[in-house]
Amino acid sequence: MHACEPIAGLRSHGKGANRTILDCLFRRNGGGKAVFLPPRGPRAPAASLRARFRVSGAVPLAADKKGLEIVTTASSADHPTRRDFLYVATGAVAAVGAAATVWPLVSQMNPDASTVAAGAPIEVDLTPIAEGQDIKVFWRGKPIYISHRTKKQIEEARAVSVSSLPDPQSDEARIKPGHDQWLVVVGICTHLGCIPIAHEGQYDGFFCPCHGSVYDTSGRIRQGPAPTNLAVPPYTFVSDTKIQIG
Amino acid sequence: MSGPSDFQPTNPALKWIERRLPIMGLMHSSFVAYPTPRNLNYWWTFGAILSFMLGVQILTGVILAMHYTPHADMAFKSVELIVRDVNYGWLLRNIHASGASMFFFAVYIHMFRGLYYGSYKEPREVLWILGVIIYLLMMATGFMGYVLPWGQMSFWGATVITNLFSAVPYFGESIVTLLWGGYSVGNPTLNRFFSLHYLLPFVIAGVVVLHIWALHVAGQNNPAGVEAKTEKDTVPFTPYATMKDMFGVSCFLLFYAWFIFYMPNYLGDAENYIPANPAVTPAHIVPEWYYLPFYAILRSIPNKLAGVVAMFGAIIILAFLPWLDSAKTRSSKYRPLAKQFFWMFVVVCIGLGYLGAQPPEGIYVIVGRILTFLYFAYFLILLPLLSRIEKPRPVPNSIADDVLAKSGGKAAPMVSTVIALMVAGGLLLGGAESARAAEGSTKPPAQKWSFSGPFGKFDRGAMQRGLKVYKEVCASCHGLSFVAFRNLAETGGPGYSVAQAQAFASEYKVKDGPNDQGEMFERPGRPADYFPSPFPNEQAARAANGGAYPPDLSLITKARSYGRGFPMFLIDFFTQYQEQGPDYVMALLQGYEDKPPAGFNLPEGSYYNTYFPGHAIKMPKPLNDGQVTYDDGSPATVAQYAKDVTTFLMWAAEPHMEARKQLGLQVFVFLILLTVLLYFTKKKVWANAH
Ligand code: FES
Repeated sequence: MHACEPIAGLRSHGKGANRTILDCLFRRNGGGKAVFLPPRGPRAPAASLRARFRVSGAVPLAADKKGLEIVTTASSADHPTRRDFLYVATGAVAAVGAAATVWPLVSQMNPDASTVAAGAPIEVDLTPIAEGQDIKVFWRGKPIYISHRTKKQIEEARAVSVSSLPDPQSDEARIKPGHDQWLVVVGICTHLGCIPIAHEGQYDGFFCPCHGSVYDTSGRIRQGPAPTNLAVPPYTFVSDTKIQIG
Repeated sequence: MSGPSDFQPTNPALKWIERRLPIMGLMHSSFVAYPTPRNLNYWWTFGAILSFMLGVQILTGVILAMHYTPHADMAFKSVELIVRDVNYGWLLRNIHASGASMFFFAVYIHMFRGLYYGSYKEPREVLWILGVIIYLLMMATGFMGYVLPWGQMSFWGATVITNLFSAVPYFGESIVTLLWGGYSVGNPTLNRFFSLHYLLPFVIAGVVVLHIWALHVAGQNNPAGVEAKTEKDTVPFTPYATMKDMFGVSCFLLFYAWFIFYMPNYLGDAENYIPANPAVTPAHIVPEWYYLPFYAILRSIPNKLAGVVAMFGAIIILAFLPWLDSAKTRSSKYRPLAKQFFWMFVVVCIGLGYLGAQPPEGIYVIVGRILTFLYFAYFLILLPLLSRIEKPRPVPNSIADDVLAKSGGKAAPMVSTVIALMVAGGLLLGGAESARAAEGSTKPPAQKWSFSGPFGKFDRGAMQRGLKVYKEVCASCHGLSFVAFRNLAETGGPGYSVAQAQAFASEYKVKDGPNDQGEMFERPGRPADYFPSPFPNEQAARAANGGAYPPDLSLITKARSYGRGFPMFLIDFFTQYQEQGPDYVMALLQGYEDKPPAGFNLPEGSYYNTYFPGHAIKMPKPLNDGQVTYDDGSPATVAQYAKDVTTFLMWAAEPHMEARKQLGLQVFVFLILLTVLLYFTKKKVWANAH
């Protein structure tokens, strides 16, 4: 039918075996005699391909290059733009489809609707917490410490010079104005996520047993490997004795 | 896989790797340079389709396992949570569940293709046997996967299939106990089935590698059944076979997507939307359609052990095919008798499939026995005999000659066969349908639903009214336990705002706790809470309802169905009719008769309902004209109530139906475009080979 024998060609022409298809198509399109042979350098076909991509206005896709460039270059002898356009369009549509398929496969890893719904704000009644006491509540699976601080603790927190702290932040910025005695922090060590123990450590605040981070009565990091202060969750005072976390 | 490759990468880094692990050379010689016969038809693309399906099943399966809970008490619920709450969970589940059917559909075509073209003959015996092993593994995997949702069919399917092993003499009972991990099918059974269902696909993948290896050693068979001799007979795998396979996969995806997005329950059993209940066996245990022929063989034999042996024998016999059929000519194209008998065998298989779904009584048993005999006769009598007496037509000298001989017009037989196969497959599926039809009740009239068809959407007004009907009437006996108040405000739902859903929830008292004193307490409902059930447990519900258990309504419109009969079920596939459940619920609500027809013996405490199977229902007529006040001016009639509450319950059963249909439309537009482009690309590529 034609002079081209792909498998034989595979072994006899060119350096890369996949270039034989190219050789193959070339000779056929030229009707047996190679009319237009590009330079044999390994990068030459790709270069001419890129040039034509610009003509047809399409963007070359990395994924398509290997499979299609040979054929594309080769076929340029008879229908340069129509054939190229077809291959590029098919590759582009397939790539779009593949990318769109990845979306649900990744998106399913996010928290599902019931988890999101269960993460709704919670209300906590503060009346049972006596001065000097603290409680732990759970919100979104995280322990939240609510401390009813003593006068002494508040003073301690405010006595220190803010600029000397590893993560400078004033105590006032970490509580709600008018509710100085209430400290609400996420009880998760900012080092690697252990739960610090309340009322421990030399600053009368929190002490993390995992790697020895020490937090003060404002939940600020004072010593140890943790880089930042204990996070303050979003919360508001619904009334003087009730807060809403979230 | 076909000998050393002379492939050499040019990139120095790749070269470095290649010298140490010639993986690129392996890939290149297996999937690029590998010579494939140039006369392969589209039946040969099913190999690629199967590889693709295995990939899809493993990928979606691994993902589903991230959300699934293999515990008898939670499995059913976790599957519902996947479908309702996980992002795109409904899509992933539909892909996986219909994927199983598509996988078997493709494997049957692949097997029949091998049978027709003699692909099992020397030197491809091992290749064929590996295929039979894959098929057996697929059956085991499919069966165990079907058990995982832990619905009624899952549970009873598991019971029936594991009990097959009790037929083994002496050790039967011990084997069954071993399989169960208990004295009956239960949580340990579910756990091990989950573990094995996760494992086996990877075993399949391993055997597939061997299968492809063996294929690449022997080379592909082809429609002419003559070996490739010269290079003129072959084309390199890439781009020729690759493009053709991609086009084949793309066409297959169109078919597959029809199920995923429009007919997700067409191949399933409504019964499996009822949670497993060890105390009640469904009226008809019907396995998935792909097991039906073997199920028919099992039931045709009146002896337990013999039946089980016959059933497994029907599969094992395939492995001996290379020696049962010793004819020298491979392809049935050149075997005038074998060709005809092949098609008769196909009909026998489909017939067995049909019978597998019928109740085992009367004429079905007799026909079942005849077809079982014919099935085995094909392998044990006919093929050995044919290879001795048949005079085959001359085969072409070479593949190249075969290609030259038929220029054009070769697509026609393929198309007609595909249509014939689709009709036949439909018949098989229809068999499963008619089993349900046989239950002896009046068929509910088909209604017009706003949510039916490819563009269907829920009628928001109807849903809101339906919710009112549910709350004021149904909720006194029926739970809605899979629906949360937050769902009322979700897109595709009844169209309430978040604040409205919150207000609605707060009207309910929800049990919570324990509090710091260790006591349970009641608090107003929150959006995250689920509709509270009227009874704390099934026993309490039965005690309050004269022994009957008012079913939870979350899934009722999917858990009820009725047979559509021939040819409606076939037409339904094309019209996307899926509303048997809503039709039934709506008819049931209106189907009460004050007086049963003469001669009907209504048991004490029951009511006569035209559409209830058996007609004696324990639920008194629930709806009466004027019972619920509508504030939007809709008529306060039983018909309107029934329609509204059914619409609401359809949404409750599938809250993402609108999303499913919308995405389906986009996917179809995309797939059609891709398929057309692939077709022309394939044509252009192949233009060089002809
Ligand atoms: S996690 Fe707390 S110190 Fe490391």
